[in-house]
Amino acid sequence: MSLRARVVAHAGAFTLAAELTVASGETVALVGPNGAGKSTLGQCLAGLLPLDDGDVLLDGRVLERPAEGIRLPPQERGVGLVFQDRLLFPALNARDNIAFGLLARGMPRRAARRAADGWLERVGLTAQADLHPDQLSGGQAQRVALARALATEPRLLVLDEPFAALDVAAQRDLRRLVAGVLADGDGVKLLITHNPLDALTLADRVVIMEGGRVVQCGDADDIRRRPGSAYVATFVGLNYLRGTLRRGPTGISVDTGSGQLRVASTDLPDGAAVVATVHPRAVLLSLTEPATSARNTLYGRIATIDRLDDRVRVTVDCRPLLIAEVTDEALGMLRLVAGMPVWALVKATEIDVQALGAS
Amino acid sequence: MSDSDGPLDRVLGPQRPRWLLGAVGLSAAFFALPLVGLLARVPWRDVPTILARPAVLTALTLSLAVAAMAMIGALLLGLPLAWVLARWQFRGRLLLRGLVMLPMVLPPVVAGAALLAAFGRRGLLGVWLAGIGVSLPFTTAGATLAATFLATPLFILTVEAGIAGLDPRLEAAAATLGAPPRLILRQVILPALRPALVAGIALAAARALGEFGATITFAGNRPGVTQTLPLAAYELLQTDPDAALAVSLLLLLISFALVLLAWGSLRPGPGAGPAPR
Repeated sequence: MSLRARVVAHAGAFTLAAELTVASGETVALVGPNGAGKSTLGQCLAGLLPLDDGDVLLDGRVLERPAEGIRLPPQERGVGLVFQDRLLFPALNARDNIAFGLLARGMPRRAARRAADGWLERVGLTAQADLHPDQLSGGQAQRVALARALATEPRLLVLDEPFAALDVAAQRDLRRLVAGVLADGDGVKLLITHNPLDALTLADRVVIMEGGRVVQCGDADDIRRRPGSAYVATFVGLNYLRGTLRRGPTGISVDTGSGQLRVASTDLPDGAAVVATVHPRAVLLSLTEPATSARNTLYGRIATIDRLDDRVRVTVDCRPLLIAEVTDEALGMLRLVAGMPVWALVKATEIDVQALGAS
Repeated sequence: MSDSDGPLDRVLGPQRPRWLLGAVGLSAAFFALPLVGLLARVPWRDVPTILARPAVLTALTLSLAVAAMAMIGALLLGLPLAWVLARWQFRGRLLLRGLVMLPMVLPPVVAGAALLAAFGRRGLLGVWLAGIGVSLPFTTAGATLAATFLATPLFILTVEAGIAGLDPRLEAAAATLGAPPRLILRQVILPALRPALVAGIALAAARALGEFGATITFAGNRPGVTQTLPLAAYELLQTDPDAALAVSLLLLLISFALVLLAWGSLRPGPGAGPAPR
């Protein structure tokens, strides 16, 4: 399965003109500031908003191509859409909400309800089967919405800010569920989000939209190395390192595969899959080997120097790769240039360690 | 803990100030007194025999039939209008709304006169109707027409509010799940609108049941044909006040039950289905 979309659509003064290609089984995170057109793009793919030009192909089937007058209604697209605010059917209980799509496809009621019960079990809501949407918590409602979309086995699944408007605990539980869903199967999956961590952890590739256009796409490392705009720099501004937690006699560290980072205390067990994040402002650069209290002193050559508005981002090819944000003044004083060897310093207490959602 | 010690109370004072309670008591008395007066004057012992009179039973049957048909009329005429008024943006929407709401505030006698001017034997449409042998004035159909004309706006007002509270994206969500419009209407829209529909129909029925002015103007006061309960009550008031009071009591009880049904239906509750386990 694969998605190939060239979407041109106008809504008032706003113009959406975006191209998107997603491979079978791949998850792409669609990110961008408010009003970038992410949700609009999702709705165009689902057939809820008409294209003015371009086309949408799913598995080679043309879903829409205005130039030829082709426009399949949402019912015939096989595109599942999970909305930020759930949009469960208020008069139906959780089970019947999930069974709805199956009934719509002609499945007998009893079989549809049985299938819905299976989904309720998968999302951990067996006890809530008979509750109506207004009796469910936000997290539970979002699980039902997810199950409702998945039950119809969509060939393209669009999750529009599924974690927004949920409290932290509910987000954590749902994130684990979504990670499993996104890793599973050969469908095409789009995750619309404004959370960098979600985009970088849950998706294979990140597509960044601004002002109705795709401004950058690539995997997490591509985008971190060369953010194409100030928004992207802020969005992926974090040093974001996946790794394994190691508890040794000399302290706790995160093994990223390419190198080790000493971190401060954490409750997570030895061997846990983790994400370590460090803000670039917390990374110091030194021309000589320093003797400081910083627990991490990493040596490497400067890979790139990027200037974005008032900020300068220096990527140091140490192990693991780190990005430091320095002032123009510091850049001039140290006379930093690409290829120059430097030491990057990070205090262990500046490194935030969290369990990876999918674990 | 008292019921008025929320966080705002320290700023705003108690939420149920005594002067407001006093004012409410006065208002409630204003509405209750006429009813109490009626109830005090009702010849309770004679009520069963009065209500069993053939003339009263005939009027009751006719009233119920007219109200039932007006309910159907309000549903058929009102639902599409309520939908369009709630959902569509178009030029002249305000005008259409004003037109639809007018019968609610028009003096019923004027409504009756207008109906005569349109559907009367010499009316705009009446001439043509007479040509094909249909005559509405002074018939049961005419009484139904008058009741529908006055009851439908109340239905539209209630149901339009229900539709406006329905997120149109629910239909979008249902469509992405593969549901054809018919299924969306049956499984999503109508169940979600049920409280508003029940309330709208109950209020329309109450209004139709109480219709007097337009009916007597347009359909006359023919026992068994157009003489509904309110008309019968009015006639009895001049000849047999005790019987009029008994009939009034009956109308009062039916109307009150319908109003309670309407507001009970609109009251927010857990979904439209069974209670939680």
